[in-house]
Amino acid sequence: MGKIVFWQGNRAVAMGAIMAGVRFYAGYPITPSSEIAEILSAELPKVGGIFIQMEDEIGSMAAAIGASLAGLKSMTATSGPGFSLKQENIGFAIMAEVPVVVVDVQRGGPSTGTPTKPFQGDFMQARWGSHGGFPLIVLSPSTVKECFDLTIEAVNLAERFRSPVILLTDEIVGHMREKMEIPEEYEVKIVNRKKPSTSFLDYRPYRADPEDDIPPMAAYGEGYCFHVTGLVHDEYGLPTNDPKVIEALNLRLLRKFEKGKDLLVKFSTFATDDADVLVVAFGCVARSAMGAIREARKLGYKVGLFRPVMLWPFPDEPLREAASKVKAIIVPEMNPGLMVREVERAIRGKCEVYSLLRLDTEMITPGQILEKIKEVV
Amino acid sequence: MPRGNIARFLRLGLFPHIFCAGCGHGIALHALVRAFDSMGYNPEEVMVVSGIGCSSRIPGYINANTLHTTHGRALAFATGIKLANPKLKVVAVMGDGDCAAIGGNHFIHAARRNLDMTAIVLNNYIYGMTGGQASPTTPHGAKGSTAPYGFIERQFDLCNLAIAAGAVYVARATVFHVPQTEKFIKRALEKKGFSFVEIVSVCPTQFGRRNRLRGPVEMMEWLKNNSFPISKAKEMSPQELEGKIVIGEFADKEMIEYTQLYQDLCKVAQEEGTEE
Repeated sequence: MGKIVFWQGNRAVAMGAIMAGVRFYAGYPITPSSEIAEILSAELPKVGGIFIQMEDEIGSMAAAIGASLAGLKSMTATSGPGFSLKQENIGFAIMAEVPVVVVDVQRGGPSTGTPTKPFQGDFMQARWGSHGGFPLIVLSPSTVKECFDLTIEAVNLAERFRSPVILLTDEIVGHMREKMEIPEEYEVKIVNRKKPSTSFLDYRPYRADPEDDIPPMAAYGEGYCFHVTGLVHDEYGLPTNDPKVIEALNLRLLRKFEKGKDLLVKFSTFATDDADVLVVAFGCVARSAMGAIREARKLGYKVGLFRPVMLWPFPDEPLREAASKVKAIIVPEMNPGLMVREVERAIRGKCEVYSLLRLDTEMITPGQILEKIKEVV
Repeated sequence: MPRGNIARFLRLGLFPHIFCAGCGHGIALHALVRAFDSMGYNPEEVMVVSGIGCSSRIPGYINANTLHTTHGRALAFATGIKLANPKLKVVAVMGDGDCAAIGGNHFIHAARRNLDMTAIVLNNYIYGMTGGQASPTTPHGAKGSTAPYGFIERQFDLCNLAIAAGAVYVARATVFHVPQTEKFIKRALEKKGFSFVEIVSVCPTQFGRRNRLRGPVEMMEWLKNNSFPISKAKEMSPQELEGKIVIGEFADKEMIEYTQLYQDLCKVAQEEGTEE
């Protein structure tokens, strides 16, 4: 059994990253994510890792990608406005297939918004913030323990799929403190990027294994001389305008996520077996929803919780299946109704959907959700 | 044809290159790979990073570790690479807009930080690839596709900027002055710390055409007749120097390099540590 600690969510992210093998962090301070940078500035040098405070958010994203291309597991963390600035280079990492983890500790928005208050307004930005249309993985923890575990999973998925992975937390999850157990190192499953086995001369940086459609990845400085670009490229990494090559690349980028889709569904449920009503919530709001459901059960209401843990790809199929067994779904969220649209899309009219929104950057309380449950029932 | 040994630094199968007839960038590319060769480097240890624009296509033709990034961000990507693998000889090739406009912040901070890398700017006074728009180095009064009445802003002196920001080696040459270009690149590569070489290039297609320098030959003549070495420039008045190009080495100093400092920091952290 590992050590028991009383940690903040942001500390759990930082320490999870180190356990996952992250050895490079570049960032720019922004509330409420700054503790991640502060903790890593102390911890990374102890394990021979690199921490650098860059001149801005764009540079942080760029440096993290550069370090990953040179062979280190790499991460950056930010909050909404900084996340917006990183988006162009997140797109670069998708096109160039560079593993990197981007943590977004959400705050109130739009714009500078409310730096010290929680909000869930980046639900769509996390998925669609960069230009071009592409697949992307987004994970969202609700507890401090999950901050730790999902950071490790984010690093593993980034390495596995050669893709940026977003860890979408929020001010409450990032700043709350909870008791958790740190696992022993041997208990933690670590995934490393696939390395090429071909000779230096035969290596094509974007020739994918047919099995999983993911190309083995050499690091700069290992002896392979290759080109990486954000332009559409051929198997050699060289720019092309050939429509056939462009389409083949776009299709392969989609296919690598399709082939690995078993790894890309993650949700949790609570008290759903006999439920008539389902609450669908993520992040900090799922905590209130748990409280509301416990209260509602005491009062005899048959209510359950469905919590998407991987927000993107959205858990369409399991949610549709769950929706077919209930009369109604309630979607509480701290934004103008971003996730409720996805819920409606996923369940294809299997049941009624009710939205519960809060836009004053105060936490949605269990009481509010309980009221809504009573109203719906 | 490239002389003997430098072919190992070129992806010969990709030639002819995409640069316009009369563009100065090919001369700069040639000087860069000659410098690599005469430094005795191997392609596997060389890392060339670029941003966006005509200059950014240079790494594609170089047989080494090469990376074509986003507009203005070459030095930020290069920072991550150099820190992750300090053994690599890192060179960033940028255009004038790339380095001084969209990438200005990274430029001044990379110089301040003094990470061991060489920044090369191919300054052709214009945004070439996007169609001749004005750049931070477009001369006052010159025309561009976004400055049809003449550019009213002041021209940026990138070498002065680099010196002020803390670069340990700063030099300027032009694509007319080929031996100096190669020499300055070599000195920059040798230098431990952040070195900067500005190579004044020519863009007959976008700059020359709009500014009464109708062809590549006229543009080269213009470089030849308007460039003065520092020694000569010191004797010239500000009026005489207006619109002229001063070439030579402007800074060469010693400062402790960043990766060295970082390794020392790691030792301190590992010995003392901070209680978690």
